[in-house]
Amino acid sequence: MSTHIRGGRLIDPASGTDQRADLFIADGKIVGVGDTVPAGFKARTTLDATGCIVCPGLIDLAARLREPGFEYKATLESEMAAAAAGGVTRLACPPDTDPVLDEPGLVEMLTHRARLPEFAHVHPVGALTVQLAGKKLTEMAELSEAGCVAFGQANQAIVDTQVLLHAMNYAATFGFPVWLQAQDPFLAQPGIAHDGGIAARLGLTGIPVAAETIALATLLQLARETGVRLHVTRISSAAGLDMITAARAAGIAVTCDTAVHYLHLCDHDIGYFNPHARLDPPLRAQRDRDALRNGLASGAITAVCSDHTPVDDDGKQKPFSEAEIGATGLELLLPLTLKWAQEMQVPLLTALARITSDPARIMGVAAGRLDIGLPADICVFDPTADFHVTRNNLKSQGKNTPLLGLTLPGRVRYTLIDGHLAYDGTS
Amino acid sequence: MTLLRINRNPQLNSHGELTHLLSTEGLPQDVLTRILDTAAPFAAVAEREVKKVPLLRGKSVFNLFFENSTRTRTTFEIAAKRLSADVINLNINTSSASKGETLLDTTDNLAAMQADMFVVRHAASGAPYLIAQHLAATGKDHIHIINAGDGRHAHPTQGLLDMYTIRHYKQDFTQLTVAIVGDVLHSRVARSQIHALTTLGVPEVRVIAPKTLLPSGIERLGVQVFNDMKEGLRGVDVVMMLRLQNERMQGALLPSAQEYFKSYGLTMDKLALAKPDAIVMHPGPMNRGVEIESAVADGTQAVILPQVTFGIAVRMAVMAMLAGA
Repeated sequence: MSTHIRGGRLIDPASGTDQRADLFIADGKIVGVGDTVPAGFKARTTLDATGCIVCPGLIDLAARLREPGFEYKATLESEMAAAAAGGVTRLACPPDTDPVLDEPGLVEMLTHRARLPEFAHVHPVGALTVQLAGKKLTEMAELSEAGCVAFGQANQAIVDTQVLLHAMNYAATFGFPVWLQAQDPFLAQPGIAHDGGIAARLGLTGIPVAAETIALATLLQLARETGVRLHVTRISSAAGLDMITAARAAGIAVTCDTAVHYLHLCDHDIGYFNPHARLDPPLRAQRDRDALRNGLASGAITAVCSDHTPVDDDGKQKPFSEAEIGATGLELLLPLTLKWAQEMQVPLLTALARITSDPARIMGVAAGRLDIGLPADICVFDPTADFHVTRNNLKSQGKNTPLLGLTLPGRVRYTLIDGHLAYDGTS
Repeated sequence: MTLLRINRNPQLNSHGELTHLLSTEGLPQDVLTRILDTAAPFAAVAEREVKKVPLLRGKSVFNLFFENSTRTRTTFEIAAKRLSADVINLNINTSSASKGETLLDTTDNLAAMQADMFVVRHAASGAPYLIAQHLAATGKDHIHIINAGDGRHAHPTQGLLDMYTIRHYKQDFTQLTVAIVGDVLHSRVARSQIHALTTLGVPEVRVIAPKTLLPSGIERLGVQVFNDMKEGLRGVDVVMMLRLQNERMQGALLPSAQEYFKSYGLTMDKLALAKPDAIVMHPGPMNRGVEIESAVADGTQAVILPQVTFGIAVRMAVMAMLAGA
């Protein structure tokens, strides 16, 4: 099978390429870039990319597929359709499924189920502790062989610092990265919104920024002790970001990400108790949001993810404090990143790096770039077309987003996974 | 820049008229004043031999109490009955909710019983907003909602009856200094009082509490924060005490009721720092010896029982206005 993507503007952040060029794909791999047709290449399919940007398929560091265990919220099929429609060709899924991804058999089953040509590549994040309970280490070496790219706790904390130290040390033994959220459970648990004027006004229990900074101090100290490769997930505050920047300057191997929602929303957007604005970590103050926007531009934040969390309507049609946490995001990752780039005047090359080559580096996979010989995971999108965020337009089973009704820049035209046309937005 | 446009205040219709009473926040001054003005003649109804007017005859008022309350529910019931409405009381925490029915399912069922008004109390902040939005989305927005207390967020009729009481004794809001004392953190009453006081033009609203009982960012609501009660009471015209719930002693917020009383209990000594004609208010039920000493609660400056009486008139006014009567 061979495909010729013609007439597009090719942006490959990894190589710094931004030029008009064609792309040639054969046997699922990239075989040529530029104007000259590779020798012996014969296109079975030609895709018109005129007016479009051709870039590596998006790589999402956190997307919940809800399988196994929560199929009433979403299924692999529905969420893989959402990924393809969003231009996402590779994603990591957190271990907070039911059962938890803490056994090699479960991981193998998930990756096996996900092995369909039109499905994005799935990289499970293995549980760092059994049941995410923070007590006993999982069989990390076995889980790694089964396909886990990293180990984490999803949104659960390891309360016992002795266990955390051992977990990091054990992961460091094998060179496995740990992906952890920085949130002190004692300060965060009773809370439901950022601790500030909005929470005070709405009578919502606050989660102080100290919940993030205290946990972060612990993680950074132990990362220094153990030498583990630490990736901090979903940073939410200016103060937290400052600590990571300082730690990196001090030589600690730490990276971090945030989710697209935190680039655009803040606690003010809770409005009149909008349950869709209930996220974890909570939407913080405007100055935090602005710091995250700048941090992503400067590279202090390494990557941005969707933190895709489909929730069914029943889970959201509840009072704010009782509503399930999370927002759908796979199909909003590209438009919201483009919107951020436009508003911040960040070059497309940089913006796309944050959702392709940069997360690929964190994931430790040879992907997110348009090198000859690599799997042809490609996103072709029209930057001038709009994406209307409506229930109908979202392929994800989760229609839960505070952004319903908005018009965002950028619409995916084609998504190719291993050279296979997984999404065709022209039909 | 902001991405989202926050919708219109859901308690006002497109003409700016009150369709639900969900919070005192965001209500224009003239709406607040109109409620107080409307309440005045209803206060007189209570003095008559026949304490009834026919304004809500044929209307059904459902008291939906998802959280226990005897006092507030009773005052709403009396108010509705004095307006000649049919009143149906539902204590939902002992019925549907324990069978797993969702809040909105319960609401839909009661709406199908041709309700005209829901009086809602719920433990979660914002629950009445959810119901209001749901009724609007399902074309049932002819049903009016009165928030009878949601979580820590609001208790607007309490806030309004407090304003009625202050106006009754002090007339002009724009010359007053008002202190709110106690557990502001957990208090929906305090939030409703603060918004009403600032909207009605009270130039100085103080909150007095230990730091553990104040939400961070409270000053953004337009109040001055005092941790020292004596300092905070100096020269005030109105002292509004808040109830301190016993369960607050169990956590790490306060060491003991005794120590709380010593620092933040209202005694005759401390009250002497306020203006000589200062009034003392309390939303009830009182914890004597915890937040207030009996000499003050039963003293000449206390207006705690008149608050209860005015509360019925204010609730009648709100119901009558919502029903368009």
